[in-house]
Amino acid sequence: MKLMQNILKKIKPHFEEGGKLQTLYPAYDAFETFLFVPNHTSDSGTHIKDSVDLKRTMVLVIIALIPCVLFGMWNTGYQYFSQLQEGMVGFQDNYSHWEYFVFGLCKVLPLIIVSYVVGLTVEFYFAVKRKHQVNEGYLVTGMLIPLIMPIDVPLWMLALSVIFAVIIGKEVFGGTGMNILNPALTARAFIFFAYPTKMSGDKVWVHQADKIDGVTGETALGELATLINVDSSNIDVSNIFNQFSSDGVYSLSNAFFGIIPGSVGETSVVAILIGACILLFTGVGSRIIMGSMFLGGFLMAYVLNLVGPETNLFMSLPPIHQLCLGGFFFGMVFMATDPVSAAQTTTGKIIYGFLCGVLSILIRIVNPAYPEGVMVAILFMNVMAPLIDHYVVQANINRRLKRIQNNE
Amino acid sequence: MERIKFTSPVSGVVSDIVRGAKRKILEVVIEADSEIDYKPFEKRDLASLNRDSIIQDLLISGLWPVIRQRPFSTIANPNEEPKAIFISAFDSSPLAPDNDFIFHGDTDLFQLGLDIVSQLSNGTTHLNVDGNSNSAKVFSNAQGVQINSIYGPHPSGNVGVQIHHIDPINKGDVVWYIAPQDVLAIARFFKDGKYDASKIVALTGAKVKKPRYYRIIQGMSIAPMITDNLLDGDKRFVSGNVLTGTQINQDGFIGFYDFQISVITEGNYSEFLGWLLPGFHKYSLSRTFFSWINRKNEYDLDSNTHGEERAFVMTGQYEKYMPIDIFPVHLIKSILIEDIELMENLGIYEVDPEDFALCEFACTSKIPVQQIIRRGLDLIKKECS
Repeated sequence: MKLMQNILKKIKPHFEEGGKLQTLYPAYDAFETFLFVPNHTSDSGTHIKDSVDLKRTMVLVIIALIPCVLFGMWNTGYQYFSQLQEGMVGFQDNYSHWEYFVFGLCKVLPLIIVSYVVGLTVEFYFAVKRKHQVNEGYLVTGMLIPLIMPIDVPLWMLALSVIFAVIIGKEVFGGTGMNILNPALTARAFIFFAYPTKMSGDKVWVHQADKIDGVTGETALGELATLINVDSSNIDVSNIFNQFSSDGVYSLSNAFFGIIPGSVGETSVVAILIGACILLFTGVGSRIIMGSMFLGGFLMAYVLNLVGPETNLFMSLPPIHQLCLGGFFFGMVFMATDPVSAAQTTTGKIIYGFLCGVLSILIRIVNPAYPEGVMVAILFMNVMAPLIDHYVVQANINRRLKRIQNNE
Repeated sequence: MERIKFTSPVSGVVSDIVRGAKRKILEVVIEADSEIDYKPFEKRDLASLNRDSIIQDLLISGLWPVIRQRPFSTIANPNEEPKAIFISAFDSSPLAPDNDFIFHGDTDLFQLGLDIVSQLSNGTTHLNVDGNSNSAKVFSNAQGVQINSIYGPHPSGNVGVQIHHIDPINKGDVVWYIAPQDVLAIARFFKDGKYDASKIVALTGAKVKKPRYYRIIQGMSIAPMITDNLLDGDKRFVSGNVLTGTQINQDGFIGFYDFQISVITEGNYSEFLGWLLPGFHKYSLSRTFFSWINRKNEYDLDSNTHGEERAFVMTGQYEKYMPIDIFPVHLIKSILIEDIELMENLGIYEVDPEDFALCEFACTSKIPVQQIIRRGLDLIKKECS
């Protein structure tokens, strides 16, 4: 440790003013403060400060994501191998969980690496150009992006979406803390609209699904979306119905544990809830947003239950089952709670979270163009969040003005 | 305002004048005579005092600066009349001196002080006592003032928080406030006819061998108090408490409005991967470090910032430690963009940097909150004068 400190001390002059590499000082600083919490002492205001800082906060979110990452790796392998049939290349009678995991690891790791390398490169570039410190925000974004992508997304596309997200989603507004949209969702929205064939349909959610015949690689929501405006006496419809019964592929328990096709990290409600517990216990995640979004989604699904015809499975699916599908829980725990793009006042958070939940389910069920509504709902509410806050703050201002009038 | 005098607390020789930026006077150092010689004032007939004569006497004696005003936390303007006077009888800040102890035996003197002070305003004089415990009789039996019990942890002892809940400041309002020990000083002046600038201060902090109270003279050097009374290691000396005090040297002087000296560990060390390690011994208001497993009653909090300044990211953090109906982050942002109308709307007249000290302590992004609030108040004061 002493050695490392000495090395840092030795190379530091090169990066400081007058040194050959002074333009790269932010990069050096990021590296130094990554290794050592600096020896800064407070020079104004309080003489003591809480031990927590942004690095700690961000690393806790990453720890909360680990269950999703690990499960996503296992599920990637499982979904792939369970599609293989006798006579196909690589087919075996049974595979071990370990094989599922290692296979998934090999597929998911490149996504994570590309996301971090590309994203951090852009971040460092901006830090150097704008001469500010490298903020920690991307540590979380970089992990979130691979988890909300389909497993077979081409790496160049991923890289492009990361660049788009960091520049348009964040840096044009001034960097971490200033952005309006959630950067990770911005990346997903980019691919969703720029390369729709890689982000929707029934061939992208399982590795090499397009190369295997007869694959059931559709997401549950994709299956459900096919039911809209279809005659309920149709034989296909009852087949699809059966997949959601208790022994079907998309049964409540499968959806809850996450053994269904979907984006890498979004499928397992169990893994997400473990993460949610970590975020809530440490106080990093907002329990208000999570709670109100769950309530909003649940109520909306329940209302559609009441108004929808029995035969429209999409509407008649029980609320809990509805919420366990797709990215609802992942969006609720890791996306909507992003403190920068969410509402900032307590009242604002309740409204924001509730509407995130309502819109997610509404878009998902009522608009057949988007079989999954969570991404669009949260992005929309990100845009609305400052407006909600504005009115909450205005109420405070009005209270104060009223007090003056009462005095007069 | 030119009527305000600053009286030397001792007789002696001016040995140094320390100036800062723009030649602002920072310190006037006086070498005291071995025997202090007081300028005698005419003793007043206490029954015949009125508002004007009290103000006049306080101004010529040099005691006037103990009366401060909100908004802006500056010395009160003797030409104005406040709508109320506030005295916070207790200090809720970390390791704060215990006024119940300090005031022991001073019941009559304190009552005399209250009688004089309450004549300065036609409004109510509020004496705010700690509702969490039974206050000493000197406070709870005080006459001629309104006694309010204040409940809850710090910052409940901050006079700004108390004003907000009892008689909030609107634009144009002025409220005066006085520290309880200064009420004693005023009483002594009118009783004895001399400016006796003695006060009792507490020497506190993890680096002090024997924390104790001292009876000192206003503005005294802290050197005699800390000699042979400190533990080893790098230290930081603070006049006041660790949340709002001013850093001074080890032979520095105690502030005019401070009744406490804190000596803490100077945290000038780097910590290898400190943000990643479990942190069983690290104090945090959150549960982000594993110290929640084993909450101790005592921590050696040092002056390390534990991280660098960042943009606002976390939300809802300040509100937890802000028992005032304002939006702290929105107010801070309005100051950063220097939008005076917005600052007024968001309630800048009701706040003081010290009310934000806990927010600054808790802040994940290490924002210098108190400095920003001070800047906002200064800006408003300049623009509106």
